[in-house]
Amino acid sequence: MRDGLEAVGYLAGESTALVSFLATKLGKPVLVEGPAGVGKTELAKALSRATGRKLIRLQCYEGLDEAKALYEWNYRKQLLRIQAEAADAGWEAVQEDIFGQEFLLTRPLLQAIAEQDPVVLLIDEIDKTDQEFEAMLLEVLSDFQISIPELGVIEAKSRPLVLLTSNNSRELTEALKRRCLYLWLDYPDVERELEIVRLHAPELSETVARKLVEVVHMIRGLDLKKPPSIAESIDWARALLMLGADDIDSSVFERTMSIIVKHRTDLDVVAERVGVKLDDGLLGRLGTTG
Amino acid sequence: MASSDGSARPASGRPRAAGRALYGGLPEPGPPGFAPRLLEFADELRGEGLAVGTSELLDAFQVLGELSWSSEEDFREALAATLAKSQEDRRVYELVFDRFFFRAVEREAVERGLREERFGEGDRLPFDLDDLRERIREAVRAGSDGEMRDLARLAIAAFGRQGEGSGVIGVDVQRIRRSLELRGEAAGRDLPDPDSVPQDRLREFERHLRRELERALIERTQSLPPAKPLREFDRALPSGPLQDLAAVHRVVAQLKRRLATRGHQQGGRRRSQAVDVRRTMRASLETGGVPMRLRFRPRRPRRPELYVLCDVSTSVTSASVFFLSVLHALHDSFRKLRSFVFVERISEVTDVFERERSFAAISRAIATDAGVADVSGYTDYGRVWLEFLTEVVDDLDPRSTVIVLGDARTNGREPHAQAFAQVSEHAGRTFWLNPEPRLYWNYGDSVIAAYEPYCDGVFECWTTKQLEVFVNALAGGRGVPAVAR
Repeated sequence: MRDGLEAVGYLAGESTALVSFLATKLGKPVLVEGPAGVGKTELAKALSRATGRKLIRLQCYEGLDEAKALYEWNYRKQLLRIQAEAADAGWEAVQEDIFGQEFLLTRPLLQAIAEQDPVVLLIDEIDKTDQEFEAMLLEVLSDFQISIPELGVIEAKSRPLVLLTSNNSRELTEALKRRCLYLWLDYPDVERELEIVRLHAPELSETVARKLVEVVHMIRGLDLKKPPSIAESIDWARALLMLGADDIDSSVFERTMSIIVKHRTDLDVVAERVGVKLDDGLLGRLGTTG
Repeated sequence: MASSDGSARPASGRPRAAGRALYGGLPEPGPPGFAPRLLEFADELRGEGLAVGTSELLDAFQVLGELSWSSEEDFREALAATLAKSQEDRRVYELVFDRFFFRAVEREAVERGLREERFGEGDRLPFDLDDLRERIREAVRAGSDGEMRDLARLAIAAFGRQGEGSGVIGVDVQRIRRSLELRGEAAGRDLPDPDSVPQDRLREFERHLRRELERALIERTQSLPPAKPLREFDRALPSGPLQDLAAVHRVVAQLKRRLATRGHQQGGRRRSQAVDVRRTMRASLETGGVPMRLRFRPRRPRRPELYVLCDVSTSVTSASVFFLSVLHALHDSFRKLRSFVFVERISEVTDVFERERSFAAISRAIATDAGVADVSGYTDYGRVWLEFLTEVVDDLDPRSTVIVLGDARTNGREPHAQAFAQVSEHAGRTFWLNPEPRLYWNYGDSVIAAYEPYCDGVFECWTTKQLEVFVNALAGGRGVPAVAR
């Protein structure tokens, strides 16, 4: 599993690889929690690439409802149908007709279930929705079926691999957790992040990459509104490549800082605490302690 | 743990060590096999407050069926993925896992009469003590887990006075640590003492010492100590003040949600609703263009208005950092919020919070130019109420919520509870959060009892957990422990 993930450009930790393996084996949904930007969404994408399955993504937000997650009747088409129908067609026949598969707009969840080949279903930021929506998910997650009153129960043709991600901004219900395997993703340690950066920006020299990762780790240790994510360290690495920087000194840092730090107050803090250390040569020699 | 489950089965003919046992012998082994062990483990997890249901257990068995059990890491991770479903649970899980399997192994060892080779008292140690000290210091700084464990054993052999330890493991650990001259690095010093070692590594070493001593004790006495429940201290996630700030922000975000939905639910739902023409027309398409059902505009939940008064005097110094961070988080979430700080007098700091974003800058600004301590620097709640009454009370209306953060210690001055009563009368709701444990209320100069009758709720609040209790109570009171009225 781990090698499979690595082949598609995702360096999974020990537990990540194990839980992904178990999820594919058992067909259980996985609940992935962790701070923003540690690669939760990326894990789902990598899994879909590694297993060769299609990725279906449901982005959650406050106020997301069934009509947008499960299915909706295509009113316009139904209306057209009614009008096109000759006036003498019986009500029964029309009713039979307009509540058929043809008039159903499939939304991500239904789509994931109805797909012939198994897919990877990513339910992103589940903590943004309300509890009612979670309750609605239960049927999908445990039995892989959806009940539509007018049509009956639609059962999964294939078992999707489901990933739910959460930034932990709200405690999820026990019922939902009960149905999932649990995986906590945290920021990787220096060595692993170095590997990740090197994988995505292979042209960057080893020493600069190490220094970059150490700076990022140091910044994460500060009290920031939004600590830099892995994606941002990769962006930074690429930016440095583009600029042709062969070392991170304070002037380079100041110019490119905005890639990893995205709040005005955070910028001040970082400039004050990290910028000055760069010229002392304190970094890059710290070894693995970060 | 095993005693409850396994007691139904009569003890087998195995030699029992109960007679010479220090702690009362070995616990009943319970029925043989792996499944009962896993159930026992789950039972212990439940005992520590994890919600392990039958479905989780079934998952656990299923998961273990997919793995080879040769790697402890995999075994542990796989079980964790099914049994521990939050980060806090995970931490408790780790501790219980260690405890449970350590005990299981030791019990097995005692029953089979296995003994380890140890350095006896008469044996000569392979190197002298100073050398050992140096090696241990090196290992604690950089060494691997296994190396620390080996050295911990050596240290016990060298300094532990085999066979006649104090009997209390904690005492022995500290004695050995002192003999080794191991010191943790003092925080906040620029140049580290060359002999000191990092604090967390030192703790790790002490853990090894403790474990090895325990092992030796079990072997000597042929009995297992009863499983101790985890201490609050161990369960808590290791958190610095920074993480606390994040936690406060999270709870306050929850508070915002609860307050926002509250007005919505309580207001008369049907009164003065406006028909939404667009949606009505669209809905009418279902019925062939005849508007059978009216659609209404959703009622906007009214904005909660918050008045927060925060005591920043010296008697609550430690708490006021916490309270200021609460205020800080509130300002991030609410627009209609006015905040006040007070010591002897009251001062509005709403604009400070609006101007400054960083928490450090806010505390600095409040400390320097809020001008709340006049002469003595002692809190004067009575005066604060009178001032608040004259300055702000006209703005209060039934929609506003007043939250007081303070310890109600008046330093012997007049509490003016009547003034406070008027404030609470004008406001819709009044809550008091007290940073002192309930035990200390109304002792000394604390006059919380004088204000309590006029509050809709008084809560002790010095951790984010208690803040959450308050938020729950605010939202309608599920699981609120004894709200005094």
